[in-house]
Amino acid sequence: MNIRLNGTEQSVADGASVSTLVSQLTGRSIGPDGRAADGQKLGVAVARNAEVVPRSQWHATALADGDDVELVTAVQGG
Amino acid sequence: MNETTFAGTQAMPTVGTAGDPFVVDGVTLGSRLIMGTGGAPSLDGLGAALLASGTELTTVAMRRYSPAETGSLFQLLVDHHIRVLPNTAGCFTAKEAVLTAELAREALETDWVKLEVIADEHTLLPDAVELVDATEQLVARGFKVFAYTNDDPVLALRLENLGATAVMPLGAPIGTGLGILNPHNIELIVSRASVPVVLDAGIGTASDAALAMELGCDAVLLATAVTRAQNPSLMGEAFKHAVIAGRLAKKAGRIPRREHALASSAMEGRAEFL
Repeated sequence: MNIRLNGTEQSVADGASVSTLVSQLTGRSIGPDGRAADGQKLGVAVARNAEVVPRSQWHATALADGDDVELVTAVQGG
Repeated sequence: MNETTFAGTQAMPTVGTAGDPFVVDGVTLGSRLIMGTGGAPSLDGLGAALLASGTELTTVAMRRYSPAETGSLFQLLVDHHIRVLPNTAGCFTAKEAVLTAELAREALETDWVKLEVIADEHTLLPDAVELVDATEQLVARGFKVFAYTNDDPVLALRLENLGATAVMPLGAPIGTGLGILNPHNIELIVSRASVPVVLDAGIGTASDAALAMELGCDAVLLATAVTRAQNPSLMGEAFKHAVIAGRLAKKAGRIPRREHALASSAMEGRAEFL
């Protein structure tokens, strides 16, 4: 299936969870609580169809075809 | 020869540290300088400037994650134990600002947010109507709102009454370095506020920050003045001292302005030359 990730079309495995997607993109292993398995902070957040998905829900939230996903992090800014 | 002793040299107040901390939302900060991280050409340079400035709180923006430049800024702040104040820069509506704040809370695990709702890219001035709307929504959602606002005493009070944690009037438009264009309004905002007032935006050089503190502001927030200075670390250090100097001067109580000169040396007992 296809989703839009940060404005770009991307194909992901059917039924992939938000957690799987975040893990793939960040290269970090993520536990069921939405935290990095290495204990370090991830520093990212996810919005799906303009609604924030709390990290505690990443594991249980399956992506659907056509979803619009934004994955953001902190960058330099005043 | 010189028998004068300088009393008081050992009793320097520790302003900006233990003696006079900046307390906001129950959190004690050792520095009254809040640094933005925008505009720095390199992360190394930014890290050095942040350290030189002595800041304990810095703003960050929320943007799309890019695997190529993985969270190094976030890591830099974690490494230096600098608290993060995420902003909603680039938001034009309350709706965008609320969603951005929610993302920041999730990503950075803080309920503090520098609320910035701008009217247009040319002036970067706050849109008062959207700002009020967003403040109301964010306070209801449990955020601690640091509201970036115009230098309007009426609006500042309104934001405070809506539950803003701090009000942050601009000195001049973002990035202009024009200093404090309306010191009278800043003084008025300070005199009526019961939440911390942070002078935010428009600072060009150290004396602007000192003036902000002399006007009674609780802290100063700046980014460009340091990050785009020719020597950011040196400028960061200059601001560290400027904020302390301004705060000390405010607490010390300046002399009144006078129309005419007032001699500081007594006329009495002077030698007469006939």
